[in-house]
Amino acid sequence: MTPIVSVKDLRKVYASGFEALSGVNLDIKEGEVLALLGPNGAGKTTLISTICGITTASGGSITVGGYDTIADYRQARALIGLVPQEINLEPFEKVVNTVSFSRGLFGKKPNPDYIRGMLDTLSLGDKAESKIMELSGGMKRRVLIAKALAHEPRVLFLDEPTAGVDVELRKSMWETVEKLRQDGVTIILTTHYIEEAEAIADRVAVISKGNILLVEDKETLMARMGQKQLRVELTDTLSAIPDALARPGLELSEDGTALTYTYDATGERTGITALLSDMQTAGVKLRDLQTSQSSLEDIFVDLVHEERSA
Amino acid sequence: MNLQAIKSIYTFEMARFFRTLAQSFISPVLSTSLYFVVFGTAIGSRIQEVEGVSYGAFIVPGLIMLSVMTQSISNASFGIYFPKFIGTIYELLSAPVNFLEIVVGYVGAAATKSLFIGIVILATSYLFVDITIAHPVAMFAFLVLTCLSFALMGFIIGIWAGNFEQLQLVPLLIVTPLVFLGGSFYSISMLPPVWQQISYFNPVVYLVSGFRWSFFGTADVPIAVSLLAIGGFTTICLVIIWWIFKTGWRLRA
Repeated sequence: MTPIVSVKDLRKVYASGFEALSGVNLDIKEGEVLALLGPNGAGKTTLISTICGITTASGGSITVGGYDTIADYRQARALIGLVPQEINLEPFEKVVNTVSFSRGLFGKKPNPDYIRGMLDTLSLGDKAESKIMELSGGMKRRVLIAKALAHEPRVLFLDEPTAGVDVELRKSMWETVEKLRQDGVTIILTTHYIEEAEAIADRVAVISKGNILLVEDKETLMARMGQKQLRVELTDTLSAIPDALARPGLELSEDGTALTYTYDATGERTGITALLSDMQTAGVKLRDLQTSQSSLEDIFVDLVHEERSA
Repeated sequence: MNLQAIKSIYTFEMARFFRTLAQSFISPVLSTSLYFVVFGTAIGSRIQEVEGVSYGAFIVPGLIMLSVMTQSISNASFGIYFPKFIGTIYELLSAPVNFLEIVVGYVGAAATKSLFIGIVILATSYLFVDITIAHPVAMFAFLVLTCLSFALMGFIIGIWAGNFEQLQLVPLLIVTPLVFLGGSFYSISMLPPVWQQISYFNPVVYLVSGFRWSFFGTADVPIAVSLLAIGGFTTICLVIIWWIFKTGWRLRA
């Protein structure tokens, strides 16, 4: 399947000389929710801004729905909705007017029924005639989403949709994202909350210092997290794993002093009992035992750390 | 052409104007009345005639130009500076619109507002003096062209400005002096020869002169030169705006 958004060798060097993106490659599948995870200053917002046309690229290319964002900017941009990180709204405007304005700006004919319906979906139905300045912070964020959705885009970018919002609002934002996904909208959201990526994303891309370090299905990542490792320190050095002990997931350390057994902690049988009893039968003596588990956080920190020390 | 976008920008901007309609109406009426009281009645009573026209009537075109030029600049510069200031400009930059559509929307709305004010001033001046307009169509065309070209200039100022002080700077330091020294309240021929020569470097002279010609049939400079000047000014502004959107100057990082 051709990706809905395709980013190739994208580079961005700001006038100050700071390289915010250094050759980003990223394909986004139609209908998925992709979480762009990264620390502050990683290049998340620059990447989104460049795709949306707010920032000009220094190199590389971007297509949206097969349209180049520079050469065919009209077709490409018509497919995109953007919810910025900051709450940028005209305080004196009415909700319905500012949302209708967005629709028109993107070249769509007025459709009051669609606008009403969407405001209802975003729990803003009774605020349509209110001025922006009368709304709470959470409502303003939803108005930004309504503006981004006003022209019925196929791809929605959410830049830190839950930064600095309370738990309840965060949950309701996640529900909104889920509803949109069910409507077939492709969603790319940036976040530095790992639990947010876990909660709503199909795939996770980790970005740091302008590089995409990893793009993986959340399930695969979760599986990696679901795995635990048992490390068995041995009294005597082994040159190879004895045949009686050989099994999937078991590895011998290079110096032969320890065995590492990787198992699925969520499974019914972990195989630990069998391994230990087999070791006893085979006469392999153990000196110490320890188990460890990696979380998305660990994977993330490791990746970012490796990148920084590289 | 994204006509829907032009319409949206235009109506959105006009809505702001209609919300403050009373203000938009009262302030030009009041200031025009004050000018007539001061210049027309107090000073005008001591001046016989200028080029065969009573002084009160003579200043009407200049008065309209003065307001229309400053209003066009402030409307257009504010119109584009405000989204920059509050951050809503992101939407404009990410929308499927080209520079011409954005300009037609914003500058069109700003020019409409100042055209309205120009007409209000003209109507108000009928309360004070007798005026017959020699070339009504030309008068209207000059008015529209002036509104448009100065709104274009205002648009550039709005993009250039980094804060509210800068937004006021150009109108205050450059435009107002040029308009006052551009023959709004006098004929260039009333000046000593040296100052006449200097005045011809002031672009406003050509606009005021052409506009006054449409009222009284007399002008400081030939009407064709006036048209050329306003056409050239409009073209320069358009080229600058085209360049701004092409390079993203002060708009895109």
